[in-house]
Amino acid sequence: MSHSHEHVSNTSRIWKVFILLSIVTIVEVALGIVRPELLFNNNFLGMNLLNWVFIILTLYKAYYIVWAFMHMEGEKSSLRWAVVATVIFLVLYLVFILLVEGNYVYGVFKNSTIKWNF
Amino acid sequence: MGASYGKLMMWFFIVSDALTFSGFLAAYGFSRFKFIDNWPIADEVFTHFPFMHGVDAPMYYVALMTFILIFSSVTMVLAVDAGHQMKQKKVAFYLLLTIIGGLIFVGSQAWEWKNFIKGEYGAIETKGGSIIQFVDKTGKRVKLEEFAVVLPEEREQHKRSNGIWFQDEPSLPTYSVAEVQAGFKAHPDLLVRTEKIYRDTAEDKANKDLQPGLNKNKHREVLTREASEAMVANAHLVVEGANLQRNEYGSKLFADFFFFITGFHGFHVFSGVVINIIIYLNVLLGTYERRKNYEMVEKVGLYWHFVDLVWVFVFTFFYLV
Repeated sequence: MSHSHEHVSNTSRIWKVFILLSIVTIVEVALGIVRPELLFNNNFLGMNLLNWVFIILTLYKAYYIVWAFMHMEGEKSSLRWAVVATVIFLVLYLVFILLVEGNYVYGVFKNSTIKWNF
Repeated sequence: MGASYGKLMMWFFIVSDALTFSGFLAAYGFSRFKFIDNWPIADEVFTHFPFMHGVDAPMYYVALMTFILIFSSVTMVLAVDAGHQMKQKKVAFYLLLTIIGGLIFVGSQAWEWKNFIKGEYGAIETKGGSIIQFVDKTGKRVKLEEFAVVLPEEREQHKRSNGIWFQDEPSLPTYSVAEVQAGFKAHPDLLVRTEKIYRDTAEDKANKDLQPGLNKNKHREVLTREASEAMVANAHLVVEGANLQRNEYGSKLFADFFFFITGFHGFHVFSGVVINIIIYLNVLLGTYERRKNYEMVEKVGLYWHFVDLVWVFVFTFFYLV
């Protein structure tokens, strides 16, 4: 990718990324409809493999949307890091809290007589 | 940082909005985790396809919506690319396609909401607050209207015009609890399906209340006729469709989160379409030719891609996982 992107047309790369995203989406939807037993019934780190596949594919799509479509690849690395590092760090922290606390609350409801309070 | 003020500000806005949506999705994940044994299964809820009434098409339409939004993102990038080459007509063409794609998406989402709110089978809410649905002896879902009896009752909706003037109530469901209960008694083949997800554990296998042969792993539990009758006797309300308080698909929070998150996202798509229309008109007027750069198109392009990005995550966590 040249830095003077003013006059170079990137149409072919854009269409290539589109085909890639479409294929990944079709794969995700096909898996979502079929839900193959092998992936659905086996767990890894507390979540079934099918869900892992979905999340990894989604992150893969997100990477391409930010990198190619939002043209992050053409920006300076300081801007890139300011955006990406912030979001990823905060989201990871949020997910960590969610999983830990959610697990605790699940345990409370499973082992007590309260079935619903909010 | 090598970018103009406007572009930098757009990126910062996107970061803050992304964190807002992450907060919502985390709250959704937390609530779903808390009620993971009772959460509705997306494939059973989102089964409609336009112009194909009565066909069970799980996930197909939402997949089409995802594809449309991705395609509109592509046309947006092509518009930005044409802007870099200062080709006014090309920019206008691709921007128009993006706007149309966005409008189709919002329309589709509204249609999904309509189907979700209307509901399909109907359910009963018990006194404990859980939702029970009905199946026949082969495990196939049965609609309330297929078995509920119509009794000569006189319950009318209390409106401000026909009762105490300062009170009213929401519209009544099509059938009353008594009518559903009478219908259930008159159809001895019907069984109740609860919210709870059946897992092939030893505890579940030993549960005497479960109808043998009809309970599959990771599907909702089907009870025996005796257990079903006990549940129906505990009925409190008839629930048809969905609103922010309760829904016929299962946990009360399911519809609440669905409306809130997809509504918030839909609002972002709609505002994106409006902004795109304004920029489109400016492109036609030649504002950016005079300015000698199409950076504005690039900035709204960033917003549009952000909207697409959020949808990719919402789609995964609501429909797939």
